[in-house]
Amino acid sequence: MKQQVEGSQAVAQAVALCRPEVMACYPISPQTHIVETLSRKVKAGEIGNCQFLNVESEFGALSVLIGASAMGARTYTATTSQGLLFMAEAIYNAAGLGLPIVMTIANRALGAPINIWNDHSDSMAMRDAGWIQLYAEDNQEAVDLHIQAFRLAEELSCPVMVCMDGYILTHAFEAVDLPEQEQVDAYLPLFEPVQLLDPQDPVSIGAMVGPDAFAEVRYLAHHKHLQALEAIPRMSQEFQDMFHRTSGGLLKLYHTDDAETLLLALGSVNGTIKDAVDDLREEGWPVGSIQLCSYRPFPSQALRHVVHNAKRVVVIEKDLAVGQGGMVSSDVKMALRGLPTIVDTVIAGLGGRAISKASVIDTVKAACLEGLEEPHFLDLNWVAINRELTRQAEQRRSGPAPENLLREMGLSGGKTV
Amino acid sequence: MSYQRVKFYQTGTFTVGNRLLDEADRTVQARMDRTNSLNSGHRACQGCGEALGARYALDAVMRATRNQLVAVNATGCLEVFSSPYPESAWQIPWLHSLFGNAPAVASGVAAALRAKGKTDIRVVAQGGDGATVDIGFGCLSGMFERNDDVLYICYDNEAYMNTGVQRSGSTPARAWTNTTQAVGTEPGNILGVGKNLPRIAMAHGIPYVATASVADLHDLEAKVTKSMSIRGARYIHIHVPCPLGWKSDPAQTIKVARLAVESGLFPLIEAEWGVVTDRTCIRQQIPVEQYLALQGRFKHLFNPRDEPSLASIQAMADGNIHLYNLVPTKPAMES
Repeated sequence: MKQQVEGSQAVAQAVALCRPEVMACYPISPQTHIVETLSRKVKAGEIGNCQFLNVESEFGALSVLIGASAMGARTYTATTSQGLLFMAEAIYNAAGLGLPIVMTIANRALGAPINIWNDHSDSMAMRDAGWIQLYAEDNQEAVDLHIQAFRLAEELSCPVMVCMDGYILTHAFEAVDLPEQEQVDAYLPLFEPVQLLDPQDPVSIGAMVGPDAFAEVRYLAHHKHLQALEAIPRMSQEFQDMFHRTSGGLLKLYHTDDAETLLLALGSVNGTIKDAVDDLREEGWPVGSIQLCSYRPFPSQALRHVVHNAKRVVVIEKDLAVGQGGMVSSDVKMALRGLPTIVDTVIAGLGGRAISKASVIDTVKAACLEGLEEPHFLDLNWVAINRELTRQAEQRRSGPAPENLLREMGLSGGKTV
Repeated sequence: MSYQRVKFYQTGTFTVGNRLLDEADRTVQARMDRTNSLNSGHRACQGCGEALGARYALDAVMRATRNQLVAVNATGCLEVFSSPYPESAWQIPWLHSLFGNAPAVASGVAAALRAKGKTDIRVVAQGGDGATVDIGFGCLSGMFERNDDVLYICYDNEAYMNTGVQRSGSTPARAWTNTTQAVGTEPGNILGVGKNLPRIAMAHGIPYVATASVADLHDLEAKVTKSMSIRGARYIHIHVPCPLGWKSDPAQTIKVARLAVESGLFPLIEAEWGVVTDRTCIRQQIPVEQYLALQGRFKHLFNPRDEPSLASIQAMADGNIHLYNLVPTKPAMES
């Protein structure tokens, strides 16, 4: 049934429909509305016998789920940003143990400087941990991806992160079609674990593995992701058959067939990008766009197939590999190796900076007409940066750079040097 | 006392298994039907106190739960020596996740059991002192305050032994470790530092806290068994000598552990809901020197004699004896 609902509320309702058995939660913005709603649902008895634990840290939250999942329970939590980093050791552990935990990431920047607004630095920092990472374009897709995520995780026995842009999606009110319980039950079978802590059949889980077999164990983790490349589109198709709408899959395409220039991005910015594509097409530019829905596994073959006729791919990404450039564009270049396609990296939207349609259009035109420096930073205030660099060069004890920059930009009080 | 002590003056010890006792009074370890939860063939060092402690404790839990047990293990010696793939010494369902999260993982197992209505299955989490008092302390405190239905057992060998003997928050004053070297002025671990986790556990107001020693098997098993009769968060802190890290004779593990108790340095107590309810009295307090002298990690205290440090350590033992009234003056304080 369609409802006008906040993204976090919609996701909480979708998670509840998936009948989780254990949830362990720790508050951090902008994820908190999700777990608040779930805690109310559990207390009200709306999610069967589900156990909701208020824990002492994100590290504790995921650790609780590791134990619960190994005991055969369907498990869920949500986090973001610093919380995801505080979980880091358990993130790798859950994947290494092959436990099908589902977690929402309400994408947010990483400090310092502390910043609560949206970018993808947090989930990108965990991109190689062995979790499947799916990125939602809007709240409808966020809802649908959670339902698909439990099925995907449990079929492959592999944890899944469903990434949705903090505030932009989590706090946005949109019309969302929330499925009925019977539909979700029909799509999502009961959890049948591949390994279980069972006094009737005792096994040791998490034993030490030396050089003789470690690489083989790691290969099996990689193999799971290769299987996911097949499973993700299959589950998206089955979802479409049952729920009559398209959500998820590896890639979602917009005017790609005849495009010479393709924009590629993850998450909610795809709405802006599609508007930019429409405007550019009206002006006669042969452009299209690709939403990368599955970032891990990275759909190299599918991407290569879509891109092979295009001259240029402009990757707009909300992360920065400091000292290198773009994480997503590196993966895109790897996928397109051997093709003549030019790949541009546009670092955009860091720490919640708005990505405007006008800036996207200007950048695409500049890329096509003049080419872009690599990487290109969207809408960067070079005046303020150069002033601060000069200050730092002139003065050893130049002080905290963020504060200086804020002063330069007139965004805070105090003297301008 | 949670059981009637029987001392065999022929050996002067509370010897493991004591086959001179009536069958009903024998330890779980002395029984033919013990479960060998931690089976033979593991790779612990000679004289490992932790291997003994884990075996004693888990076999007692297995008996108390009619074998309905899941164990969670922190990273550390116990985990490494018991589970080099593809071998496992564990005869029970056993999960190892990380160094610092065993209490939270155990909370998760307990939560799953509640969700599934399988509350006949019980959960034990276990780790060394590093996992417990240091890196896993946040998760442990969280498990305590939520009063999750978990028995957490700390095997305290007073340093990071798995990584090669480094100081932990449980390393005693003046002890040599590889990060508290016996050099310079005031050699060894600093006086007046470290934490007393049984007392911190008590401060959480959880239903049951106890200390135990591998030197007193009857007492250890009685406390473990009692803990399994209780629901909620429980904590047992077991003193387990480490011949490698303590530089003690592997054949003397039980004796070293016994002297820690009899000197007053490791008091055996029980507490319920944050209040001390019982303690094991010391018949005759021995000087701490007798305990320290058996361990190479303290040898710098004796050559030449470091009187101020020895006096400080003796004062700690005396303080414990005073705090818990371990050497009752007449009339007897036995309750």
